[in-house]
Amino acid sequence: MHIHFLDPYHHRISLVHSLDARVKFVLTIAFILTTALTPHAAWPVYILLFATILAATLLSELGIGFVLGRAALAFPFVLAALPVIFTLPGPALTSFSIGDWTLTVSQSGLERFISVALKSWISVQAAIVLASSTPFPDLMMAMRAVGVPRLLVAIFGLMWRYLFVLADEALRLLRARAARSGQADQPGLKNGGSVTWRARIAGGMAGNLFLRGFERSDRIYMAMVARGYDGEVRVAPLPPLHAGSWLALGSGLAVLAILLGLAYWL
Amino acid sequence: MHHSIEVDDLYFAYPDGRKALQGVSLHIEPCEKVALVGPNGAGKSTLILHLNGILIGKGLICVAGLPVIKSNLGKVRARVGLVFQNPDDQLFSPTVYEDVAYGPLYQGLPPDEVQNRVSEALETVRMADYSRRVSHHLSVGEKKRIAIATVLSMKPEVLVLDEPTAGMDPRARRSLINLLRDLPITMLVSTHDMLMVRELFERMVIMDDGRIVADGQTEVIMKDEALLNAHGLEKP
Repeated sequence: MHIHFLDPYHHRISLVHSLDARVKFVLTIAFILTTALTPHAAWPVYILLFATILAATLLSELGIGFVLGRAALAFPFVLAALPVIFTLPGPALTSFSIGDWTLTVSQSGLERFISVALKSWISVQAAIVLASSTPFPDLMMAMRAVGVPRLLVAIFGLMWRYLFVLADEALRLLRARAARSGQADQPGLKNGGSVTWRARIAGGMAGNLFLRGFERSDRIYMAMVARGYDGEVRVAPLPPLHAGSWLALGSGLAVLAILLGLAYWL
Repeated sequence: MHHSIEVDDLYFAYPDGRKALQGVSLHIEPCEKVALVGPNGAGKSTLILHLNGILIGKGLICVAGLPVIKSNLGKVRARVGLVFQNPDDQLFSPTVYEDVAYGPLYQGLPPDEVQNRVSEALETVRMADYSRRVSHHLSVGEKKRIAIATVLSMKPEVLVLDEPTAGMDPRARRSLINLLRDLPITMLVSTHDMLMVRELFERMVIMDDGRIVADGQTEVIMKDEALLNAHGLEKP
């Protein structure tokens, strides 16, 4: 009776999975930065970046379909960049009017939009490979290693831990509601109530969940205090990084630097 | 004449592969009150969730003469009152009144009928003064009674309770036992409270590892200490 779908980690035995989480974390951030810094319309570099992430996907054995499927999540956010098609000055390609408005599609605007879409799509894939190949505790260790504040990492950890509890509670609430959503034997009755009534019920459930989350956080805090928590997050020292990991980190960063250099040089 | 609860050869596995029910068969007569006992993880809650179609496994289930299948779920849920273990799950509306009225309102009953059902249900659990109270601030015992009222307002034929006395003080427990004794309705109660089982239920069913391992007169089963011990239970 638990919810598992929230956990993006997929266990496989692969080179990417066995790589030190710190190396993966730094390389992913560097990859996303490189992609973001690549100028727009640098098509050959986009292809190389895509090839890089495709290689990582293949090595991770997660399956190209899996990663590309999840990467589709990036598309709704790409819509935010849609206005640049019409707002950027440049040679006009076509124009059309909606009511009193006339919208002109410019070539540079279209190029910018496609660049933004491709860059976010490629970046999301990198994040997906990282999250699917690294267990969350390792990811937190990596964040600590690169200097993310300990309190922030602790908050991530608590959120991760209790997100599942919250999802389970929501599931139980929905179940309890379903259990009482019956149909009377009398004919001619409209089942299900009005839309506003249902919205009220859903609102009540959301409020209920919030109150419970709030109270639980109090109890968790008290349990932490009871075991000596004084506001300072203490953590075990990090294990040393092996030579192989340093090599992977160095070569990965070198590849990204070359890609970035190509993007500006071309 | 139908049985109130008929379960035949029910199998269910959770998506993670854990086999929770492995061929459960259980028949309960109208107005019979039966206790369902067994260790944690025996499959009691899983079985209970099947009686109302929240979970659907492999096998035959009829409740109040209706097969529990997708197309019948609305009718089945009106006939089977399921009281969850944690009353906080059951009470999702801001006030007691709205929670007790949920079932009848969902069924589309006319307003005066809803009003009658709510008053009657709250009267039955002796909580008539609480209808304007905020569920969130009630005690565990009070919440439990309200949770029972939320299904009584649907006038169910069968009442299914999951660990009703868990976490209650002796007085709240006593009044709940009296309430359950007085309700003239078919009842299946999952519990660890062996004293209550002995006091309230003539028939008991022991589940362990997804199977029913004993089903019979409480008086007889309670004497079989070896059987109780084998399934993690204690003679009261």
